[in-house]
Amino acid sequence: MSAEPALRPPIANPVRNVLTASREDTSIVNIGPSHPATHGTVQIIAELDAEKVVRTDVHCGYLHRGFEKECEDHTWHNLMPYVDRLNYCSALINNFAYCDAVEQLMGIEITPRTKYLRTLLAEYSRLADHLTCVAAQLMELGAMTGFLYLVTARDSIYEHLAALTGARVTYSYGRLGGLAFDVPAGWFQRLEEILKDYERYIAMVHGLVDRNRIFIDRMRNVGVISTKDAIHWGFTGPILRSTGAPRDLRKDTPYLAYGELDFDVPVGIKGDNYDRYYVRMREMDESVYMIRQLVDMIPDGPIMVDDRRCVFPEKELVYTEIESLINHFKLVMEGPVVPSGDIYVAHEGANGELGFYIVSNGAGQPYKVHVRSPSFVHMGGVHTMLNGYQLADIVTTFGSVNMIGGECDR
Amino acid sequence: MSAPLFDRLREQLSPGEAGQEGQPSADMPVICRGVQHQVLVFALAPSAVLPVARRLRDDFGFDLFLDVTAVDWPGDALRFEVVWHFYSSTDKVRVRLKTRVPEQAPAVPSLAPLYGAAGYMERECHDMYGVTFDGNADLRPILLYEGFVGHPLRKDYPKQKEQPLVPYLPPQSALVR
Repeated sequence: MSAEPALRPPIANPVRNVLTASREDTSIVNIGPSHPATHGTVQIIAELDAEKVVRTDVHCGYLHRGFEKECEDHTWHNLMPYVDRLNYCSALINNFAYCDAVEQLMGIEITPRTKYLRTLLAEYSRLADHLTCVAAQLMELGAMTGFLYLVTARDSIYEHLAALTGARVTYSYGRLGGLAFDVPAGWFQRLEEILKDYERYIAMVHGLVDRNRIFIDRMRNVGVISTKDAIHWGFTGPILRSTGAPRDLRKDTPYLAYGELDFDVPVGIKGDNYDRYYVRMREMDESVYMIRQLVDMIPDGPIMVDDRRCVFPEKELVYTEIESLINHFKLVMEGPVVPSGDIYVAHEGANGELGFYIVSNGAGQPYKVHVRSPSFVHMGGVHTMLNGYQLADIVTTFGSVNMIGGECDR
Repeated sequence: MSAPLFDRLREQLSPGEAGQEGQPSADMPVICRGVQHQVLVFALAPSAVLPVARRLRDDFGFDLFLDVTAVDWPGDALRFEVVWHFYSSTDKVRVRLKTRVPEQAPAVPSLAPLYGAAGYMERECHDMYGVTFDGNADLRPILLYEGFVGHPLRKDYPKQKEQPLVPYLPPQSALVR
């Protein structure tokens, strides 16, 4: 105890606060970045007049891990697991959007079976993502039963996807030119069982909360945003649709097999929390409807395209044939050959427009991979939905935005 | 794809028979690069960005600001290529604007006065590439932290470089006093 403890320099607050109290009777509070009521690591600095929120400054970046820098150092194949970890609630949508971008740049057309399988799995992932979002939203309002029902349904989806891909959350299932492997036997039978379970649980959740006084009081007329504001602030996905605008990339610029499917785009009335809850619930029903159509549409045939620029040769041929051995070696060591150019491809992610802007200079590694992640854009405009409401409404509104730290901070 | 809108855009934004090649200059600030992967691409001089973006929004219905980012081409005289994407939710098409700025003065006009969404994304681009957006008053770091030195997505920023916020301590064992 004799020696003086060595003084370490103090840790500076990483965020400079631009908010100073604008009036004498207001106070500034700091919420997050590590707060039980924020889903991800996000910091909200709020100016409060008693319990009313006057202004907010939303700050993200606490989960930044250099995704885009890391991509520039890996071959086009190898960054598939990184892409998974953008939106870890619906990793397959990220996988397929990235694959689609690279495939379009290479001029590859995927096989029919892969096209329908990818569409089915993207909808299945959207189902899991919306279940997670609505479940978390209910839990934050104390509706524990609804949370458990929804998470039960989601968990059977996760385990079902684990049977297909070998992983529960981050699948790395997409491949340039196809998919990692084909569907195992009996997978579609189990799919139908899970969809039936889903319908049972979702009916119970509808019965529990739709007309629940407490739920409506907390959700109706809270976090209202107009269509004009939503577009001005770059909102897409369920948030934009909750304002009454039927904007959905699956309908507007059909990709994969969406052009051949029959589905509706559910919209809300006035863009409050209740509308966002209901838009998600209805979208899940549409996803289930699409999955059922797709199960009957999936044709037999190969999973991978026959393109030696990006598809690995059969293992047996690698060991017996010099051309395949060289092919394999070059794909592993140098990476696939993607012609130089740039491309922007957007898919309708679970939260909104998920865009990949990819630049290639002809090498086996990307020159640049930029992700237009819906969550990040939404964080830029979420203050319009928080200001003017109660401090406690931050929790519900933030839950209905469904910010995913992985894709927001990259 | 909405070909008539693309034709109108091409005629009105880059008048004259603009070739696919060449760089935008003072007398020809807007050059159309044609439709690439279903996106109409324009190369602009930095001074033309704001007026063109305003016309896109007001005259052609590009109401949704999608994205702004930069591409680093070290060694070029105009090192940074700043890229914008816009979406028209009525015509359901996308337009890409590109401009090149030098390393010494990497400044482009901010589109935050036109689109609220631009403010946050310009902060990210400023973080990652050091491109300044004139007219955006709030260019605080967003994905990085205050005091971070350098711009990590520039090609000359080493991937392994570390900037610890807390000084490293030598490993300590409870058994060693």
